[in-house]
Amino acid sequence: MKMTGAQILIECLKKEKVEVLFGYPGGQVLPIFDKLYDAPIKFILVRHEQAAAHAADGYARATGKTGVCIATSGPGATNLVTGIATAYMDSIPMVAITGQVKSFLIGNDAFQEADITGITRPITKHNYLVEDIKDLARIMKEAFHIASTGRPGPVLVDIPSDIQMQEAEFEYPEKVSIRGYNPTYAGHPGQIKRAAKAISDSKKPILYVGGGAIISDASKEVTDLAINNEIPVTMTLLGLGAFPITHELSLGMLGMHGTAYANHAIMDSDLIVAVGARFDDRVTGKLDAFAPHAKVIHIDIDPASVSKNVDVDIPIVGDAKTILRELNKHVKKPDTQEWVKTIAEWKKKYPLKYKEDDALRPQYILEQIFEATNGNAIICTEVGQNQMWAAQFYKFTKPRTMLSSGGLGTMGYGFPAAIGAQLGVPAAQVFDIAGDGSIQMNIQELATAVANKLPVKIAILNNCYLGMVRQWQELFYKHRYSYTCLNGTEPDFVKLAEAYGAVGMLITKKEDVRPAIDKALKINNTVIMDFRIEQEENVFPMVPAGEAINKMIGGGLA
Amino acid sequence: MKHTISILVENKFGVLARISGLFSARGFNISSLAVGETEDPTVSRMTIVVEGDDKTLEQIKKQSNKLIDVIKVIDYKEGDFIDRELILVKVSISPKTKKEVMEAIEAVGAKIESTSDKSLCVEATGDRAKIKTLLELLRPFGILEVVRTGRIAMDTTGKGLKADGKPEVNE
Ligand SMILES: Cc1ncc(C[n+]2csc(CCOP(=O)(O)OP(=O)(O)O)c2C)c(N)n1
Repeated sequence: MKMTGAQILIECLKKEKVEVLFGYPGGQVLPIFDKLYDAPIKFILVRHEQAAAHAADGYARATGKTGVCIATSGPGATNLVTGIATAYMDSIPMVAITGQVKSFLIGNDAFQEADITGITRPITKHNYLVEDIKDLARIMKEAFHIASTGRPGPVLVDIPSDIQMQEAEFEYPEKVSIRGYNPTYAGHPGQIKRAAKAISDSKKPILYVGGGAIISDASKEVTDLAINNEIPVTMTLLGLGAFPITHELSLGMLGMHGTAYANHAIMDSDLIVAVGARFDDRVTGKLDAFAPHAKVIHIDIDPASVSKNVDVDIPIVGDAKTILRELNKHVKKPDTQEWVKTIAEWKKKYPLKYKEDDALRPQYILEQIFEATNGNAIICTEVGQNQMWAAQFYKFTKPRTMLSSGGLGTMGYGFPAAIGAQLGVPAAQVFDIAGDGSIQMNIQELATAVANKLPVKIAILNNCYLGMVRQWQELFYKHRYSYTCLNGTEPDFVKLAEAYGAVGMLITKKEDVRPAIDKALKINNTVIMDFRIEQEENVFPMVPAGEAINKMIGGGLA
Repeated sequence: MKHTISILVENKFGVLARISGLFSARGFNISSLAVGETEDPTVSRMTIVVEGDDKTLEQIKKQSNKLIDVIKVIDYKEGDFIDRELILVKVSISPKTKKEVMEAIEAVGAKIESTSDKSLCVEATGDRAKIKTLLELLRPFGILEVVRTGRIAMDTTGKGLKADGKPEVNE
């Protein structure tokens, strides 16, 4: 049957079982929007295209499915860019659809023309400009395939508006065949055996688990490997939830704001088993000084991540879940008794701590949110101190419950991501842990949340500062708080919430924290909790940029 | 160290931009780049000469391989390939130097393509050594203009690659 490009696109989305689409209309996607009017796909009208991309991203992280967003050409498309880059850095499966000016106008600086495939080339896994209506269905099939397989990532499809109106036979390809794209899933059996032996022979092994483990749904396999063989586990920001932080073998997060015991354990270990983690500089600190005694096993689906920063002794390229399943069959339990004992002592001696007084401290708020939600919430974060406190003080026990912009560090990510997560997992209690700076980057999405009756809870850890930058200024720039103070310019967040039809609460005292959270949890609406925290509270421990990761400030270990 | 790598890619618009963008975004310096169709018109071959240590080269290969349009990346080992470049040189002459210039050109086996009172246009194809010698010989007379194609390379061991990325001979 002949269909227009717009119809074909909708049919493709249906074939891909897309349930929800995040976007914003405009002249160059009008034919698509016209068809969307009757389509059986939930459309979420955001208030800024950046939020469409973040919401699609949050939806993808929370559900494991591919997130889809759409924007018009030019400014609509460029507004997606930050969200696409965020998804790219964290390997999130996403398909972004953009309208483009009519084919024959491309290159003429037409109204609302932007070379979006050119702009997004370095921040997409792949992108397409549809030049012929006959290619559209195949391209959509490829886009979803590429976005969700191998190391996932965003794929952009740019469709000129005349192509949306042209007609072609609709035929959705069954299979995708791309010569240059054949991701490896099974790990090399020989390398797996070598790895198993290295683990069995080690005295001080440590698992270093990243976002790749979550993406590959390898949480159970990671847990089996750790518990059956008594191997301590540390996680990256994006790896949080892959192994329960509450377990005695967990060391929590490592790196710049990791726990003292995780960083010390890594530095002292004789074997690092990296799973879906890429040795980011926020994790390794000074590279030459990183884990000097350790052999490294690296399990990753992306060969380019292996031996990129740290030299790897046993590389295993493939899917983490598949490889760990195989590996778990071969590992003989190493003797780690001494090691586990030492680590337990470190954990006791150098716990994550904060001043327990009457002041309203952010760490306390996170502990209370953890307790009030029994650790079952999906926690999205913005970027800055709020993000690090969330990573440190909310005890993540399940995968896909920590949604945070790790690679790009995008302020403004958390709230739209929470919207996406809430739509993907309606039964979940979704929080956005925010800073007063970050929340103002996409505050307009209150309208989206309220309009769609999404009971997202926003906890603003309001310190009247761009806190994390202020912390650096305090520690490394002699307290010169150059343009990081928001005091006096903050909106009244309670009134702002109310103005959008949400609920606002102001919390200034420690004893009011828990009652406020409990009350918010009962409200079936979007809620902003404006917690006025200690203004100059810092995130500790902290490894100064470029230092070895056991050279922490405020960590207890020197 | 200089490395010669050969990349088989889908012959599609935008591919060159993807490759060159990848190189520049990662700070890999391309010293020469040549692109053309292969025996299969849907496949193009890029020969790229890059500078870098083993680690850089490894990243270049892996990152290039990650691109969806890249079919295969080969890194040529010294001695296993022939390489050629086409160069056009305009060299200034005077009645006094003309003979000497012509002798130099002949000595390296280059060809004179056009002449005027003041200059000669020379064409040469050859490997790195030959091109270098030619330029060194001509430099003292005054080089006015140089145009080069960039290097292309081909495996000579019989283990080379066809356009589909498969080896020449199945072992
Ligand atoms: C879009 C964007 N711009 C700038 C930055 C740099 N940056 C990192 S943290 C931070 C401060 C965040 O302040 P706030 O949201 O109030 O959170 P806090 O650190 O106080 O918890 C800034 C400006 C960033 N990460 N993202």
